[in-house]
Amino acid sequence: MILVELQILLRRPRTWVSLGILVALPTLIAVFVSSTGIAPRPGQGPALLSEVLSNGTLFAAVALVIDMVLLLPLSVLVVAGDSVAGEAASGTLRYLLVRPVSRSKLLVAKLSAIFTYVLVAVVTVAASGLIVGGLLFHSNGQITSISGGPPISQQGTALRIVLAVLYVGVSMLGVASFALLLSTLTDAPLAAALGGFAALVASTSLDTLDAAGSVRPYLPTHYWLSFVDLFRNPILWRDIERGLLLQVVLVLVLLGAAWAMFTTKDITS
Amino acid sequence: MITTQGLTKRYGRLTVVDSLDLRVEEGDIYGFLGPNGSGKSTTVRMLLGLVFPSAGRMELLGERMPHGAAKTLPHVGALIENPAFWNRMSGRRNLQMLDAAGPGTTRGDRRERVEEVLREVGMDTVDDRAVKAYSLGMKQRLGLAAALLRTPRLLVLDEPTNGLDPAGVREMRDLLGKLNAAGTTVLLSSHQLGEVQSLCTRVGMVSHGRMVVQDSVASLRRPTGKVHVVTSDVNTAVAVLGRSLISRVDEQLTVASSEPERVNQTLVSAGVRVRELVEERRTLEEVFLASTESSVFA
Repeated sequence: MILVELQILLRRPRTWVSLGILVALPTLIAVFVSSTGIAPRPGQGPALLSEVLSNGTLFAAVALVIDMVLLLPLSVLVVAGDSVAGEAASGTLRYLLVRPVSRSKLLVAKLSAIFTYVLVAVVTVAASGLIVGGLLFHSNGQITSISGGPPISQQGTALRIVLAVLYVGVSMLGVASFALLLSTLTDAPLAAALGGFAALVASTSLDTLDAAGSVRPYLPTHYWLSFVDLFRNPILWRDIERGLLLQVVLVLVLLGAAWAMFTTKDITS
Repeated sequence: MITTQGLTKRYGRLTVVDSLDLRVEEGDIYGFLGPNGSGKSTTVRMLLGLVFPSAGRMELLGERMPHGAAKTLPHVGALIENPAFWNRMSGRRNLQMLDAAGPGTTRGDRRERVEEVLREVGMDTVDDRAVKAYSLGMKQRLGLAAALLRTPRLLVLDEPTNGLDPAGVREMRDLLGKLNAAGTTVLLSSHQLGEVQSLCTRVGMVSHGRMVVQDSVASLRRPTGKVHVVTSDVNTAVAVLGRSLISRVDEQLTVASSEPERVNQTLVSAGVRVRELVEERRTLEEVFLASTESSVFA
């Protein structure tokens, strides 16, 4: 069943189009910044972008930051929101279930496809960022870490980029789990994706609100960009650890709810 | 093959299926009949484990459902309302994917088995166009092919002739007859009573979620003890028939008799020229109407 799911995912034009868009936006920004040489001043614009003019390798991380603002969560929402609701809308869900594929197994298969998509998307963005950064910006072997501190070695940078990819991946799993839960509740893929989007907007809005300071550390998007701290030397682990813990708890709770919903639901689609 | 006891499904205060006792024996072609909205589809979905009953118990191939789904469903082929596919893929690809999705099949003979069921439904010559370009009738056939994939012991077909042209309906009927002769039990739900009359061996009729009649077609359609006669020698016929005549409308006479041969003999030997003479049997539609009326007034 998992292999079937992956095949369906890979045969979708949508999958490839979304990856293309995820690569296109950071590339576009890189072209503008490199051709004009105008980087945002430190503290403005996407994090790390100001550093990129001197360290091209860092653009892998910058690409992640740029896509994480909107495009990456959005494409994950679309894929995850469609996972169960899409099958329900087209009617294939009932035929899969009487094939029989047990509901738990179907959910696991959907989850594996979503996780695969998240991983592929994040790796693609980082890899394209690395290539684009290498082509458009000059890199010297060593990289200055942000906000002072000793420079980071080349191996150190590679390791940090891998860690950043994993961190972003885990953050996206939180989004994916929420959309999957919604996807088990509705027969309309769009409703699931938009519901997830609404939650994201709510979370980011509250995050900027000082009055909501008491709930801020529990907002799912609060620590999303904390992977930028990986590029400090030494690495500032505090927010990264909290972010990971928050996402893991979120994923477990949401997936548990999705499982409880889906295994007890009447399939009337 | 299928037994339900007191099967009930409620959505809030609305009772869709009301303590239904369904019984399908091995070898039956069971017609599950009733108007739209009478609870047929919900019952079929409960039998297949898609919808959970509010009360009652059901057994499918000797296993309790829905708990035994993993054991029984591999032996069940189903067409639930309309067929559904991954629309971008070809029909062949769809069947292969569906086959690969579940347990109990091997990869080695998959292509072969897919070709075989396509042949059975008369679709073996279909090209590799995507299913979204199929006509309704082709989708219906492909859906039936999908149901036949693992040579099921039980076929559950919900409105299988939807969207088929008359030739298609006839082919479907022939195919079901052939499968049944080879030992497949068939549960066929339909709102077109006339269509299944000639096909089913047993029927269950539902109305508002309740079973109103469940019997063999042979016994439901047994002669009613009346004979219809059409003749131009009406006056002679009336004289000969005497008290056994029930009614007369122009040249049409209704006679009370369980022996049409004898009526014919009596008439002909009295010199009455008989144009038509037929034993009265109720259609399933009449049976249904009669039994729903009585349940309304009861």
